[in-house]
Amino acid sequence: MNLIFDGSLDKLAFRAVFGENMEALAAADSNVVYLDADMMSSIDTRNFWKRNPQQAINCGIAEANMMGVAAGLSAGGKKPYVHTFGPFASRRVYDQVVLSIAYAGLSVRIFGTDPGVAAAFNGGTHMPFEDLALYRAIPRATVIEISDSTMLKNIMWQIKEREGLTYVRMTRKNYHGIYGEGNDFKIGKGLVLREGGDAAVIACGMMVSEAMLAAEILAGEGIHIKVIDMFTIKPLDVDLVREAAKTGLIVTAENHNIVGGLGEAVATALIEANAAPGFRRIGMRESFGEVGPVDYLQEKFGLNAENIAKTIREAL
Amino acid sequence: MDIRELEIFAARIRLETTKMIGIRGFGHLSGSLSVADVLAVLYGGFMRIRPEEPGWPGRDKLVLSKGHAGPALYSALAMRGFFPMDWLATLNQPGTRLPSHCDRLLTPGVDMTTGSLGQGASAAAGLALAQKMDNLDSRTFLILGDGECNEGQVWEAALFANQYKLSNLIAFVDYNKKQLDGTTAEVMDMGDISAKFASFGWHTQNIDGGCVKSILAALNAVSADAPSCIVLNTIKGAKVPTVEKIEYNHHIVVEGDLLAAAIAECELELQKLEVRG
Repeated sequence: MNLIFDGSLDKLAFRAVFGENMEALAAADSNVVYLDADMMSSIDTRNFWKRNPQQAINCGIAEANMMGVAAGLSAGGKKPYVHTFGPFASRRVYDQVVLSIAYAGLSVRIFGTDPGVAAAFNGGTHMPFEDLALYRAIPRATVIEISDSTMLKNIMWQIKEREGLTYVRMTRKNYHGIYGEGNDFKIGKGLVLREGGDAAVIACGMMVSEAMLAAEILAGEGIHIKVIDMFTIKPLDVDLVREAAKTGLIVTAENHNIVGGLGEAVATALIEANAAPGFRRIGMRESFGEVGPVDYLQEKFGLNAENIAKTIREAL
Repeated sequence: MDIRELEIFAARIRLETTKMIGIRGFGHLSGSLSVADVLAVLYGGFMRIRPEEPGWPGRDKLVLSKGHAGPALYSALAMRGFFPMDWLATLNQPGTRLPSHCDRLLTPGVDMTTGSLGQGASAAAGLALAQKMDNLDSRTFLILGDGECNEGQVWEAALFANQYKLSNLIAFVDYNKKQLDGTTAEVMDMGDISAKFASFGWHTQNIDGGCVKSILAALNAVSADAPSCIVLNTIKGAKVPTVEKIEYNHHIVVEGDLLAAAIAECELELQKLEVRG
């Protein structure tokens, strides 16, 4: 694995990667159709839309219809990619996604942006903390959270031929850079970014780089932790979870409600494997989001390296 | 099929639909009967389909968005040879390929899964858009209920179809004037449905939805430039008086004397048409 993590920001904003690759995907495959609900300017696809309105379809502010149109396009042999903000890509359109797409056996790729506190100044109304839970509950859905721009590009191309419903959760900005070019991101397989025998952090999305920062903090104290980027929340890499349990302590970290997300998925896998180690979850607890800068929100809700380190210290 | 043959096909759809629901003993009979005539016209020759090749890419498509009328569609499909007639008796039986609401994965000839009202409108728009992208001259037909038009998603789809000039999308509204809890007027009055579609940029027609000749004429008069809406003036339980006269007839028990009377009425209608020829 080619890791470049050094605590600096990702060089590329996810929106730039999305815009460039969405247009390239359409150019490479005439069956690719990109749909958005008046959010193209927010995800750097407006120029693509102007250049190629046959393959970039603006559905207006009507997300339920957009999901149904995507279903119809898939039934008509197309490969739809759909984007809108996370809350509108999940809870607002849940019945359309469940029935018109998943139950109907159709293949649609849905991108929900600005998960949890990443919605920052748009505030609590725009913060999906339950989208992973909703999508995990859909039979045979694939659920992914992107942690780095290199991963985003890889996944966007990889899911073009993927059957069924795929939900991709990601920020529009950037977290810390993690992966260099040439990595193989296998859907359903987590990635071990750092080895350590005292505890394991299983994280997704923005919390992956927070876990890497926590590992540095703890290493200075003589505590060595394993860090796993569990970018596929469903299907979960149960073998890797069991392997991580051998450290004796698992801490899950997600920018999501602790109900229904990564932590519960990992806990369930551990219990069912009779492999339960010490276990802690980091995530939103009985809270809605609120407006503010990301670092303020991370600190307020414990979604940062300091809280990961503190949680591990206290549990050991 | 000529007009008389279409009328006979419609009468046979009614008879088979009544019988299949009668075997289960309950179901959405009335709203199935009210779309029998339009289904007869579509599957009686108007739609380009290949029963021996249900997935033929060049086919016309149908989204029965009021998915609870599935039994009427199954009757039409079986009679056109998409699957054996003896499947009809399996409606809603364990393991059936004919569920009460349409399922594209289970039933040959069913183009879209429906049942959550309003959703078929968007799917039909997507299917029509895909046909346009592929430069096909095929079309997508959509059947909506009048009560279903309460759903906001229908109107989102109506906006979309106009924005993208989906002239290959032809929607029917089964204006049978009843929904589950009562008349559409007392539950949620849609007012002038065709005027609403017209204001969304659609070409519209209002016709007698129980007259195959009128349906055929309307299909031949749709716009070449805009999506089309044909409002079918129908009766919930159409042409089966025993069912028509039940006040709340959205989902009814169909057994015993009622079933026998309904089947007799369907058979009588069929005999009259056959003798007339």
